[in-house]
Amino acid sequence: MSIPAKHTPLSERRLLKIARPIIIIVALIATWQLTVTLTGAPKYMLPTPVDVWHTLITRYAVLFDHARYTIAETVIGLFAGATLGALAAIPMALFTPVRFWLMPILLVSQAIPFFALAPLLVLWLGFGLASKIAMAALIIFFPVTVAFFDGLARTEPGWLDLARTMGASRWRLLTHIRLPAALPAFASGFRVATAVAPIGAVIGEWVGSSHGLGYLMLHANARVQIDMVFACLLILCAFSITQYFIVDRVLRAALPWQPDSLTPVR
Amino acid sequence: MTNTTLTPAAAPNPTQFDIDLRSARVAFGGVDIFHDLDLNLPAGSFTCLLGPSGVGKSTLLRFLADLVEGDVSGNITCSDGTPLKGRIAYMAQQDLLLPWRTVRENVELGASLRGQRPDHDKADRLIAEVGLSNAAHLRPAELSGGMKQRAALARTLMEDRPVVLMDEPFSALDPVNRLRLQELAAQVLRGKTVLLVTHDPLEALRLGDFVHVLRGSPARLQDAITPAGHSPRDITDADILRQQAQLLRQLGANETAAAVSENAQ
Repeated sequence: MSIPAKHTPLSERRLLKIARPIIIIVALIATWQLTVTLTGAPKYMLPTPVDVWHTLITRYAVLFDHARYTIAETVIGLFAGATLGALAAIPMALFTPVRFWLMPILLVSQAIPFFALAPLLVLWLGFGLASKIAMAALIIFFPVTVAFFDGLARTEPGWLDLARTMGASRWRLLTHIRLPAALPAFASGFRVATAVAPIGAVIGEWVGSSHGLGYLMLHANARVQIDMVFACLLILCAFSITQYFIVDRVLRAALPWQPDSLTPVR
Repeated sequence: MTNTTLTPAAAPNPTQFDIDLRSARVAFGGVDIFHDLDLNLPAGSFTCLLGPSGVGKSTLLRFLADLVEGDVSGNITCSDGTPLKGRIAYMAQQDLLLPWRTVRENVELGASLRGQRPDHDKADRLIAEVGLSNAAHLRPAELSGGMKQRAALARTLMEDRPVVLMDEPFSALDPVNRLRLQELAAQVLRGKTVLLVTHDPLEALRLGDFVHVLRGSPARLQDAITPAGHSPRDITDADILRQQAQLLRQLGANETAAAVSENAQ
């Protein structure tokens, strides 16, 4: 990323900031179109951007209907996984025995390929939303737990000393110092989770469902409606980016004192 | 600024008891930082602790604050028969302000941590005393280094403990701010028993009633130098400068100079 020279006027810099994503998107679409033109790929292998746009417009109702399910699964899974992650991290940070018992289990759980669990989740929780929410929650549980636990374990030692001389109880030390101090770490875990949560939902839909963009993609793929597959992918992308953007904004607003909010990345 | 302009005012809550530390010992990894260390802190006195980096000044301070864990022994007795624990306020080199709390909320931290209702009037008065009234609503990130340390001082005063332990609280400040804060500290802490760790002999002579040098391994306390007059003292005073030379000798400045000249030959 090029850093604008110091003499660049502010308005010009702001213009570039807005223009940059547009330029990137246009360049990507152009590359896509160029690939189709140069390789002469048939529509059932690689549709052109115009084909996909056409599908997006004409099949809007179907796409929107299925997207609702995927979005709901992702958002609920995200909050469920983050809540469980936070609930696991706090006792681990507070009580050493809990840490010693829980940490190995957590680490071993990471050796299980979660995607392989998807069929089991569908078997146990059914074809509906529950199995997809569980899948999304499972995927994001670990990054949130680890990030938050790390934040809780790394409280500035000086603050702990100060609190000790002030006669703080263990509980108030947690609520007044350790928890708020760990919130930026939790926020970075949550950001990672936001990016991966849709993957969980889509994998769940691939394995067994009757709704959702994953389901739609799988069926379109089987019927060689590749333009439809691409339309689903674009919606997923747009949703993921929007979700990440909203989460990032909310977290920054909620934690205005954390270092990365104070010096915005240009 | 002269000594005559600042007459010692009666402290709101002067400390009434002496502290006697006997046979203090702290070891890290089997190596004694100090042992058989005795220190007396008379009621309401300002004691400064000087010494080379890493000698154990901060460890001694933390020992008194009951913050050292592990291989520790020794007796701390107070002349009024009550334990020292719970009667100290601690101020470190870093301001230790919580970045999510405003200056006022930071000053009131102690009460929040004990689940008490903070005394807002007292907090506002102390914030005014350290000259931060206009910054009471700001978060630490919006403050300069000097302002942060002022806020930390107000937080220390808010605790209103009879004993104040300070670990190089002014060392990260620029010279002008350091002088201002020393003056402020001398004024607002009058009547309290203070132990200040510093590496600056002039700071020690400016503020301390007793100035000790901690040296060696395991560290030993040298006999105290007692500068005349009331703090904050004039650092251009001839006696103070003479005592500074004496302190520098105790700190081993001569040995270094001798070693340098030896090497040169």
